[in-house]
Amino acid sequence: MQVPAAFEYRRASSVEDALALLETLGEEARVVAGGHSLLPMMKLRLARPEYLIDINDLSDLDYLRVEGGELRVGALTRHRSLLESELVGSHFPIFHDAERVIADPPVRNRGTIGGSLCQADPSEDLSAVCAALRATLVVRGRGGTRAIPMAAFYRGPYETAVGPAEMLVEIRLPLVPHSGSAYEKVERKAGDWAVAAAGAALSLHGGRIGQAGIALAALGAATVNSVRAEQALLGQEPTEQAFAAAGRAAAQDCDPVTDGRGSAEYKRHLADELTRRALRRAADRAAVAALAAGAAGEDG
Amino acid sequence: MQVTINVNGEDHSADVEARHLLVRFLRDDLGLTGTHWGCDTSNCGTCVVLMDGEPVKSCTVLAAMAAGHKVRTVEGLEGPDGLDPVQQGFVEKHGLQCGFCTPGMMMTARALLDRNPDPSEDEIREAISGQLCRCTGYLNIVRAVQWAAQHPAAPAEAPAQNAGRAA
Ligand SMILES: Cc1cc2nc3c(=O)[nH]c(=O)nc-3n(C[C@H](O)[C@H](O)[C@H](O)COP(=O)(O)OP(=O)(O)OC[C@H]3O[C@@H](n4cnc5c(N)ncnc54)[C@H](O)[C@@H]3O)c2cc1C
Ligand code: FES
Ligand code: FES
Repeated sequence: MQVPAAFEYRRASSVEDALALLETLGEEARVVAGGHSLLPMMKLRLARPEYLIDINDLSDLDYLRVEGGELRVGALTRHRSLLESELVGSHFPIFHDAERVIADPPVRNRGTIGGSLCQADPSEDLSAVCAALRATLVVRGRGGTRAIPMAAFYRGPYETAVGPAEMLVEIRLPLVPHSGSAYEKVERKAGDWAVAAAGAALSLHGGRIGQAGIALAALGAATVNSVRAEQALLGQEPTEQAFAAAGRAAAQDCDPVTDGRGSAEYKRHLADELTRRALRRAADRAAVAALAAGAAGEDG
Repeated sequence: MQVTINVNGEDHSADVEARHLLVRFLRDDLGLTGTHWGCDTSNCGTCVVLMDGEPVKSCTVLAAMAAGHKVRTVEGLEGPDGLDPVQQGFVEKHGLQCGFCTPGMMMTARALLDRNPDPSEDEIREAISGQLCRCTGYLNIVRAVQWAAQHPAAPAEAPAQNAGRAA
């Protein structure tokens, strides 16, 4: 049985306690949330921390609430809670699309959104979801908190803007009127990592696309948002033609590699096709949201 | 380090290394070898046990992380009146061949039925989708869970109802 290399275990009793432990134990300390990325990596000696700080008792980091025009998600929120939350699904159906195909139920019972984003694996589905939704991430250290836009948080494979004595505590997702979102993923078998995936979020104003977020997973080490695809959409009507232009731009923006999951050429084809599919569904959902707001007499 | 975990309703303590996995605590320290171990990549699901009532992969939880939580293993399924309906379902519907995946499958089935006593076939298949079976092709596992759903355990105060299990 493969076991991790030896380390010391500490259980944090509060966020402050975890931050104090991170500071005193130094660079060789890591927090463990669900442990479903970190423990497998430790078994393979891809990670070898000397101290593990268990944050699973910090139930005050496990929440979902709407506040200040945003959905606020605590970093310790499990995949399963995101999948089962009506609040999340009603504002951001992209989360439910993605969570249905992230790993499998026992993994989703443990894995957290904070762990997913901090792992910063280029194939991590929630990184793409949060990039498409233009999330802001709240990072806390003993000196205070800072809010970082997703684009600056993700620094490339397995690297984020979180400092060694800091923790991700909250994910903030702006609520955008008349918007819709969707996620499309191709995987080899149930519960597997993506061969390729695309997330789309857009809002409609007077029949035209107001805001657009397109993000890709497993399509290159550095690509998260496809800026060219987003630009191709702004101000356009939500037509097949506009979606095709965005798909082509996403395929140009990505940088896939050939591996056991498929050839670079095939993945590039998927970037195009999955972007179009995600956009179609996101636009349908945005149209429904706009209709519902219209019926309720709201002004978006 | 000293770790105390409530397993099948009783507290058990052992002096373990921090890197000790829950599956090892169950198998090696407590001798509960019903929980199996089948991979090093958190993929196969044969190690599934219930932690606070929900399925988790015990190869990907440290014993230290499970301390203070309630763990239920296949050894804790059978009640005073006999087999759990899930176990009986696997008997009735030939839900196993080699039996390697069976303890994990049964624990997942128990958790599913506890939340959702009348699951659809899709819901059953989704619930066991993190667990591999190399023998059965899954069909009889699904039938076993359906059998268990149709033959829920009799309430504790009415043990005579258990006759239904023989059907
Ligand atoms: C079999 C299997 C299949 C999977 N399939 C998929 C899939 O299809 N798609 C997908 O997206 N993911 C998949 N995953 C990964 C899964 O989503 C993990 O749960 C997730 O990557 C990490 O979450 P965690 O809470 O387990 O993090 P952990 O493993 O606990 O931590 C991961 C990293 O983040 C750090 N960290 C955790 N929380 C914080 C915090 N609050 N602040 C700062 N740092 C923190 C840790 O120190 C560590 O470096 C799979 C995992 C497994 C085991
Ligand atoms: S032993 Fe394979 S998932 Fe736990
Ligand atoms: S019965 Fe043999 S693996 Fe499932």
